[in-house]
Amino acid sequence: MEQSKLDQVKKYIPCYKPMEKLPEGLTIEDVKQMFYDICLIREFDLKAKDKWRSGKIGGFCHAYYYAEAIAVGACKALNPDDYITSTHRGHGHVLAKGASPDYMLAELYGKVEGYNKGKGGSMHLADVDSGIMGATGIVGNGIPPATGAGLSAKMKKNGKVSVSFFGDGATNQGTFAECLNMAAAWDLPVIFMCEYNQWGIGTDFHRVSREHDIYKRGIGYGVPSVQIDGFNVFEVYEAMKEAVARARRGEGPTLIEAKFMRLLGHHVGDDQSYRTEEDINDIAVLYEVEPLVRTREFLIEYGVDPKEVEGIEQKAVDRILRSVEFCENECTEPTLDTLYVDVFADGEIII
Amino acid sequence: MSKKTVREALNEGIREEMLRDEDVFVIGCDVGVRGNPFGVTMGLGNEFGFDRVIDAPISEPSFTGMAIGAAATGMRPIVEIMFSDWITLSSDQIINVAAKMRYMFGGKVEMPVVIRIPMGAGGGQAAQHSQCLEAWFNHIPGLKIIAPYEPADCKGLLKSAIRENNPILYFEHKRTYALKGEVPDGEYLVEIGKANIRKEGTDVTIITYSAMVKTCDAAAKKLEEEGISCEVIDLRTLLPLDYETVINSIKKTSRVVVVHEAPVRGGIGSDIVAEINERAFDYLDAPPLRVGSLNIPVPYNLTLEAATLPSVDSVMNAVKKVMSNE
Repeated sequence: MEQSKLDQVKKYIPCYKPMEKLPEGLTIEDVKQMFYDICLIREFDLKAKDKWRSGKIGGFCHAYYYAEAIAVGACKALNPDDYITSTHRGHGHVLAKGASPDYMLAELYGKVEGYNKGKGGSMHLADVDSGIMGATGIVGNGIPPATGAGLSAKMKKNGKVSVSFFGDGATNQGTFAECLNMAAAWDLPVIFMCEYNQWGIGTDFHRVSREHDIYKRGIGYGVPSVQIDGFNVFEVYEAMKEAVARARRGEGPTLIEAKFMRLLGHHVGDDQSYRTEEDINDIAVLYEVEPLVRTREFLIEYGVDPKEVEGIEQKAVDRILRSVEFCENECTEPTLDTLYVDVFADGEIII
Repeated sequence: MSKKTVREALNEGIREEMLRDEDVFVIGCDVGVRGNPFGVTMGLGNEFGFDRVIDAPISEPSFTGMAIGAAATGMRPIVEIMFSDWITLSSDQIINVAAKMRYMFGGKVEMPVVIRIPMGAGGGQAAQHSQCLEAWFNHIPGLKIIAPYEPADCKGLLKSAIRENNPILYFEHKRTYALKGEVPDGEYLVEIGKANIRKEGTDVTIITYSAMVKTCDAAAKKLEEEGISCEVIDLRTLLPLDYETVINSIKKTSRVVVVHEAPVRGGIGSDIVAEINERAFDYLDAPPLRVGSLNIPVPYNLTLEAATLPSVDSVMNAVKKVMSNE
C-alpha cells in the first residue's frame, strides 16, 4: 500500500497491521474456514438488509458487516462451550460462535423456528446451547451478565471463559468500569472485547471523550489491555488466544480494543446525515483494508487458487439463500396462544 | 420449632439452602466479613468461605447484573441491595435483563436469582434510606415479589424463593429484623403466592403486608374492642397476588381497606383496589380505601417521619370510614 494511503488508514486505525503471515496455531485450512465465516456474516447481513427494506424483517436491523474480523477472530480462539454475550449489532458474533443462519434468519422473520421463537428478534439472538448467552439492545447492559458468566465459570471450576462484546459507546457506561474492576479484583475468566467503530449512533466518540484509546482505561483497573487492528482477523485471533490462555490459567481478564471504523449507518435505513462529506471521502480508503478484502488477498497471496477462494464466497452466498428459502417456505408464524408462554419457568402463567 | 428473630430466620434460610445446594451463593456490599449491616448474613462467610459470600465493591448495577449472568449459567445467586432505595441503581439489570431474558430468548434460559432488599422507614433515616419501592416492580412482567412479616414466613418464603427458577425480589422490612416468632427448625417451605389470614373477622377486610402487619394487628385489636370485627390478611407475596383469598374474604365482609407503608399514589394498594373493583364489585357495600404514606419524601425529623407513615390511628380511621358508608 502506498504511503499516502497508509497514512490515511492509520489516521483511523493507528495500530493498522498488514496480514503478512499465518499466525501460529492456524493452518491455511483454518483461514479458509475463517474466510467462509466472514463471507457468511457479510452475506447474512446483506440479505437481512434487503429483507428489512422489503418489510419481511421488522424492528431495527443493525448490520455487522465490515466488523467480521472481530467476531470471527475472537470465536476462533474459543471452545464451543465458552460463553459470549453480544450486542444490538450482533449477527456476526452469533454466526461466528456457531449458530445456524437458518434459525437466526427465522428469528429475524419472527417465526416459531427462530432461536427465540419469534419473541426476541435481531437484537436479542440467543442460543444457549452454543454458549451464546444472548444479545442486548441496551448499550453496556450486556457487560455485567457476561462478567457474571465468568464468575459462574470460576465458581464451578469448569474451565470456561466468557467474552463480552461491546462497542466504544458502551465504554462510557458505568457498567464497563465496574465490571473491569470486579473481573480484575477476582481474577475472573472474562475477555472484554471492545469493538471500537468510532460511532455511537450519530455521535462521534471523539466529540464525547477526551481519551480515545480505550485500552488505557483497562490498564487503570489493573487489567492487561491491548489495542489491535480490528480489520485484521489474525490480529484479533492472536490477541484473543493470549487472553483466553490467561483466563484459563486463572490469571484473570483482558481488555482488547479492536479499532476499526463503522463504514455503514447505525441501522439499515440510517441516512448518516451526521457524517461530513470530508469524513465520508476520508474513510473511503478503509474499504481497501476491510476484513473480507484483506483475508481474500491473504489467501491468494499465500497461494490458494483464486477459483477456490471464489468458490468459498459462492458457498456462503448459497448457504444464506437456503436460509432465506427456509424462512420463506418452511417456517411458521407463532400463534396467539404462545403469548404468555415462557414469561416464567416451568410453564407457570401469571396473568 | 423455636423462637427466632426475623434476622435469625433469614440467616437460617440462607444457610440451609447453601448447605443443600453448592450453586447457591451470596453477593452484595458488606455481606461477607461484616455479615451485612443488620446481621442477616452474619457467620455465613466464615462457614462457607468468602468465595461464596462475596463482598462486592459499591457497584450495584454490575454486581446485580453479574448475579443475573451467573444465574443464567447455572448458579443460584442471592443478591443483597443494602437499602431498598438503591435498587434504582440495579433497576436496568433487573427490569431489562432478569425479568425479560427467558421470554426474549424463547424460554431457553432459567433465571434463579433472588434479590434481597431491606426496605422501610423508621428511626430517622430520611429520604434515601427509607423507601418502599415494591410497586415499581409490580409493573414489570417476569418478576415475582415477596414481602413477608412473620419470622417463619421469612424463612419459608426465602427458601422457596432460592429454589425457584424465576427472578424474585424479596423485600425485608428493616423494622422487623428483631421481631421474634416461632420458626420451624430445618426444612420449612412456604408456598409463594399464598396469603395468610392472620385473624378472621366479619365486618371488614384489612389487606396488608410487611411491617404494616403489626400496625394492622394493633388497629384490628382496638377496633374489636369497639365492636368492629376485622379480618386481617397478610399477603406475604405481592406478585403473584393471592386474589382468591382476598376475594373470598370480601365476599364475607363486603368492606375492605388496603394498607401499606409505601406512598398511597401508585402503590400496590391502588392496583389491589382496581382488581377488587373488577372482580368483586357486586360484593362491596362501601368503596375500598387505601392507606399508605403521605405522597412526600420521607422526612428526617422523627415527629415528621411518624406523621408521614401509616399509623394504628390512620388504619382505624379508614376502617371506620368504610364501616360508615360515608
